Amino acid sequence: MIGPEEGVMQSRAQAMGALLELITDQPLIICNGFPSREAQKLRDRDANFYMIGSMGATAAIGLGLALNRPEKTVVVFDGDGNVLMGMGTLATIGALKPKNLVHVVFDNEVYGTTGNQPTYSRVVSLDKIARAAGYVNVERVREREDIVYEFKDMLASDGPSFLLIKVNEQIEDADRVAVEPRGITERFKAAMVSE
Amino acid sequence: MIDSDDFVKALQDIGLDFFTGVPDTILGGIIADLTEKHLYTPAVREDEAVAMAAGAYLGGKVPAVLMQNSGLGNALNILESLNLIYQIPCILLVSWRGFEGKDAPEHLVMGQTMTQLLDTVKIPHRTLSAETVVDDLQWTAKTFMEKRIPLALLLKKGIVKTVQP
Repeated sequence: MIGPEEGVMQSRAQAMGALLELITDQPLIICNGFPSREAQKLRDRDANFYMIGSMGATAAIGLGLALNRPEKTVVVFDGDGNVLMGMGTLATIGALKPKNLVHVVFDNEVYGTTGNQPTYSRVVSLDKIARAAGYVNVERVREREDIVYEFKDMLASDGPSFLLIKVNEQIEDADRVAVEPRGITERFKAAMVSE
Repeated sequence: MIDSDDFVKALQDIGLDFFTGVPDTILGGIIADLTEKHLYTPAVREDEAVAMAAGAYLGGKVPAVLMQNSGLGNALNILESLNLIYQIPCILLVSWRGFEGKDAPEHLVMGQTMTQLLDTVKIPHRTLSAETVVDDLQWTAKTFMEKRIPLALLLKKGIVKTVQP
């Protein structure tokens, strides 16, 4: 599995854009660094929770929400660096098995926000770890049509699901998250009540 | 000594409805009672527990995180860079290992410095006692509602009944 893979590699923003087109009313938790900035640029919405600090905690925030709002499908946009930092959470999710959690990992194999220092995801397959931990649906994709097909399927299936998307290192020119942290909380909570 | 069942009921009475954390012997009775009532979701690290509690709060719950005070070290970054700036509150039920220097060596530094640490990082705290428990929980509810930040209730050995390990 290690080494060059077949197909055309997307940028994270391209892959993220394809997913954001498929999201309707699902709450979305997005990891720190450029992923949050790119999501804000591509499709800002009240039900986006931009986690600007606390690296490693994205999936656990999504898990806490999913456990307490079983009627909603919770989507997490994560990165390889975040997953590696909070890897214990893969075990927690695999053990608790929330049906309504879709954990997407944009894996560019680097800490892109801080200058492309390599992560261990180049040699450690996060999808295999997720499968071993007990995620119900696990897919590893890189081409746009596969990304769209698998994400659609996961939104409609019982999870927990883990979608590993291999992306290139390109970063979208995107501003810092504009909403103040407490404003992110207020509008997200309001969206959870009204939607 | 407070019965763990009474303590859990009192926590529920002030509105707490999601409990997660990492165990400690001092907290064993509370966790056993919460588990029996299907109210407790175990976490693997204290920062993960705080993150799960944050997700629960975003979903409309009033969360509590149980941990040994050594876990405060693990949770410090998320408490600072998520909870405090996003105004995401949670109630930290923290066992006070190393109180007055009477514990295993690994607990002594945190046991001695914990309250100063909490003051430094601006997390309000109160030490629970059997005599003041009603007042302590009123303070907890009031601080949670008014400040919307994490706050800590510190539990010394022998305040709430525990189970034998």
